[in-house]
Amino acid sequence: MFAFVISRILQSIPVLLAVALISFAMFAYVGDPIAIMLGQDFTEAQRAALVADLGLDQPFWVQFTRFALHAAQGEFGLSYRLSRPVADLIAERAPATLELAFCAAAVALAIGVPMGVYTGLYRHSWLSRAFLTFSLIGVSLPTFLIGILLILVFSVWLGWLPSFGRGDTVTIGWWSTGLLTWSGIKALILPSVTLGLFQLTLIMRLVRAEMLEVLRTDYIKFARARGLTNRAVHFGHALKNTLVPVITVVGLQLGAIIAFAIVTETVFQWPGMGLLFIQSVGSADIPVMAAYLLLIACLFVVINLIVDLLYYAVDPRLRTGRGRGGH
Amino acid sequence: MPNPILEVRDLRVEFPTRRGTLVALDSVSFAIQPGEVLGVVGESGAGKSMTGAAIIGLLEPPGRIAGGQILLEGRRIDNLRYEQMRRIRGREIGAIFQDPLTTLNPLYTVGDQLAETMLTHLPIRPAEAKRRAIEWLELVGIPAAAQRVDSYPHEFSGGMRQRVVIALALCAEPKLIVADEPTTALDVSIQAQIIALLKRLAREKGTAMMLVTHDMGVIAETADRVAVMYAGRIAEIGPVRDVVKAPRHPYTAGLMASIPPLDRRVERLAQIDGAMPRLSAIPQGCAYHPRCPKVFSRCAVDRPELMDAGTTDAACWLHYKSPAHA
Repeated sequence: MFAFVISRILQSIPVLLAVALISFAMFAYVGDPIAIMLGQDFTEAQRAALVADLGLDQPFWVQFTRFALHAAQGEFGLSYRLSRPVADLIAERAPATLELAFCAAAVALAIGVPMGVYTGLYRHSWLSRAFLTFSLIGVSLPTFLIGILLILVFSVWLGWLPSFGRGDTVTIGWWSTGLLTWSGIKALILPSVTLGLFQLTLIMRLVRAEMLEVLRTDYIKFARARGLTNRAVHFGHALKNTLVPVITVVGLQLGAIIAFAIVTETVFQWPGMGLLFIQSVGSADIPVMAAYLLLIACLFVVINLIVDLLYYAVDPRLRTGRGRGGH
Repeated sequence: MPNPILEVRDLRVEFPTRRGTLVALDSVSFAIQPGEVLGVVGESGAGKSMTGAAIIGLLEPPGRIAGGQILLEGRRIDNLRYEQMRRIRGREIGAIFQDPLTTLNPLYTVGDQLAETMLTHLPIRPAEAKRRAIEWLELVGIPAAAQRVDSYPHEFSGGMRQRVVIALALCAEPKLIVADEPTTALDVSIQAQIIALLKRLAREKGTAMMLVTHDMGVIAETADRVAVMYAGRIAEIGPVRDVVKAPRHPYTAGLMASIPPLDRRVERLAQIDGAMPRLSAIPQGCAYHPRCPKVFSRCAVDRPELMDAGTTDAACWLHYKSPAHA
């Protein structure tokens, strides 16, 4: 097991290097930071000084090595736009995004899995049909539209929930949380639902499809023939066998939720990494964009590792490493 | 004669489909005495497995029991609610399925699956269930049962898994076992072991058994009586020796003639021309008459019920005695 974790971490190094290369290449090809930083009036001497200062006159590979070494230590330099260390900026924004993402994932799982099980078990009930119709809407409506509709209903018409921001936050160490105040929780609801709705419908449809598949298997028939209760058959035997694909998708989607919270954060003016990224794109703030890309890549690597470890926990056939077929 | 464990009377199973209702089983009647092994043979689609599924109350929808009765120790069980029937399954009627590679849940240890079954049906504590699980594994011939009880199904071979399945079917000590092709998916060398095990356990525990198979060898080896099914009906039923040695129904005779004899060489095996009709196109009269070498005029008109044919009962007009002579 330990060897497995080590080997996976080693395997992830080339992936991260590749992402580093791509994000570094942005420095050269996305906009001209020098022009943005210097503004309208500058002399050639000022420009040369700044180029030398930022190390942009060095050969490509020297620049990249320096970038990668610094990145490995968590240093991404100064934001061009805010003139503050990128690491600090991201550390400030990360709690907001992570909290939002985990709340969205929790909403998606807590509602999506039971709905999937229900629609799988009672395929022909009108409630299942209603769920499926609803899931089509969830899958096909774009996130920003859902967000705006929710704001219209719950903030503008009903006035129940705030339409932007995080509300009051409490800072614990370097982590700022909105989960401990009433206004923080209220502010979380709409963005979490907006961000989680697509995942919810995806999880529901996946669980449903997997349940239908598993319910047809011989071991489910045999479990019924042994006279086990419906509860044991459905949740003990059937649901557990749907978990491997569900874990895979949920893991990848969690990465996607964090990485692509950008739209939701923009709609709700959520002070997270996504909003930071969008603002950085607007002003070609390349260090921030590069750091963000690398961070997301790391996140995916970590989530994939956790997903792999969960497989081991769920499926004994993987544990012994000598699976002998069968279903 | 003691009261039968299981009695099936005029069982009719239908499948409603878009193109009309298919009759999968019709007028199926038989009884199984305590401790008796009834073999059920027939070609694929003859309704053998369907009969077993109807008895344990697990017909695949939209299949449904459309007529007749199933009685377990004199009590009707064909009209029970799902929950009542669930308490009977596993506790009073055990089931063994065909493919041991797919009948065990891959995510639970065999010990957990055994304990779960016993805890569902018997008033015992988890520790006792675990102890009995080990006992059952020993009983079905799993070596080092105390260690193997914590193994997962994939860590067993096919034959060993079928032993586990047998333990699962028997662990709540049911009075009747419905074994649906229990050896078909196994290596030939393992088949004999599994059959011997089933036979021994059924005798030791006094369990009656309905053994569904298309393997006449297994039937001859194991069963006391045998029912031959054709196109959803019983063609012939009787003591296994009589049915094998002196079949009274032409279909049974054809089946027996198609088994290669061991004691002499034959150039060509006899075979029955044609194929069993599909459920949607069962001919009028006797379903077998288009293939029957002894067909005569009445066969194409009236459908024969099971009738006394001497040593066995056969559904064939050859054995019809008009009431005047009887």
